[in-house]
Amino acid sequence: MERALLHHAFTQISMAAGDGGFHAPSLDEFFPPIVLFAGTPFALNRIMLIRLLVMVLLVLFVAVATRSLKVVPTRGSSIVEFPFNFVRNSIAYETLGERDGRRYLPLLTTIFLVTLGMNLTSVIPFLNIAGTSVIGLPLLMAVISWIAFIYAGLKKHPGAFIRNSLFPPGVPWPLYIIVTPIEFFSTFILRPVTLTLRLTMNMLVGHLLLVLFFSATWFFFFQQGPNGFTLFGIGTLVFGFAFTLFELFVAALQAYIFTLLTAVYLQLSLAEEH
Amino acid sequence: MDITTLAALNGNIATVGYGLAAIGPGIGVGIVVGKAIEGISRQPELQGRLTTQMFIGIAFTEALALIGIATGFIFA
Repeated sequence: MERALLHHAFTQISMAAGDGGFHAPSLDEFFPPIVLFAGTPFALNRIMLIRLLVMVLLVLFVAVATRSLKVVPTRGSSIVEFPFNFVRNSIAYETLGERDGRRYLPLLTTIFLVTLGMNLTSVIPFLNIAGTSVIGLPLLMAVISWIAFIYAGLKKHPGAFIRNSLFPPGVPWPLYIIVTPIEFFSTFILRPVTLTLRLTMNMLVGHLLLVLFFSATWFFFFQQGPNGFTLFGIGTLVFGFAFTLFELFVAALQAYIFTLLTAVYLQLSLAEEH
Repeated sequence: MDITTLAALNGNIATVGYGLAAIGPGIGVGIVVGKAIEGISRQPELQGRLTTQMFIGIAFTEALALIGIATGFIFA
């Protein structure tokens, strides 16, 4: 696997250096050649391998984090416990309150850890692409979040949930002709769609930006002859590193926002006016 | 020489699309963050809740810009 990844990195570099002109990155970045099980339904490309790697690492991380739980944490375990604390205190309890927060905490923690882990691979050298930058994984998690808030609403207010979300109380009845389609569209269609697009597009664009900066650096330094434009390469290199840091920030922020919005949707389903 | 053509454009105009799509959400995110900071400076003890609300607001506003990116790829 390591070898396939390295091989892919080198072919990308050599492709970039193939002929004289500058190649802008395109969407082909996100559909790399298949490395394993070609021809079967389980064909794995580089992004799938990265997802599997992240999954293994996450399982190991959670196993290590929960192996020796103590009331008074050591320094190491307090670092490992940080994401769990963060999701519980800043997301679950803050939006859902203690009781509902505790019920939906496993879901929210899972979503946060998976999103964060998959996002972080976008800045890790030799992986360099986020597991969430292809639409499948964000779509799956958005569907899970969609099922969760519909389930929460139906469980808490059976009968009233669908009625109240389509016909919000306190609206004069002729307005329902306009309000009901809008409510249906925004609650049951736009929510999962925006959850998916927000995560995918952030990761996709971040990757394209980084590829653009570093391939431009390669172009300015090595492909064209040394002239005045070579100095631009220094600028693109510096910006490439700056945007790598920015990507790190975006990866954490998007994981936070995905989890937070799931919690907010759950809260809206559980709210008392239903 | 064709003197009726004063300016010509080669390639696909869809490449400008994201620039246009980013104007509105850019202003919107600016307003959201600005108002959140204003609120925090008036009531610093509400910082935690206001920051949460700010991020929710940013997430909704920013979605428009991200849809702009997606349409650029779809219709290019």
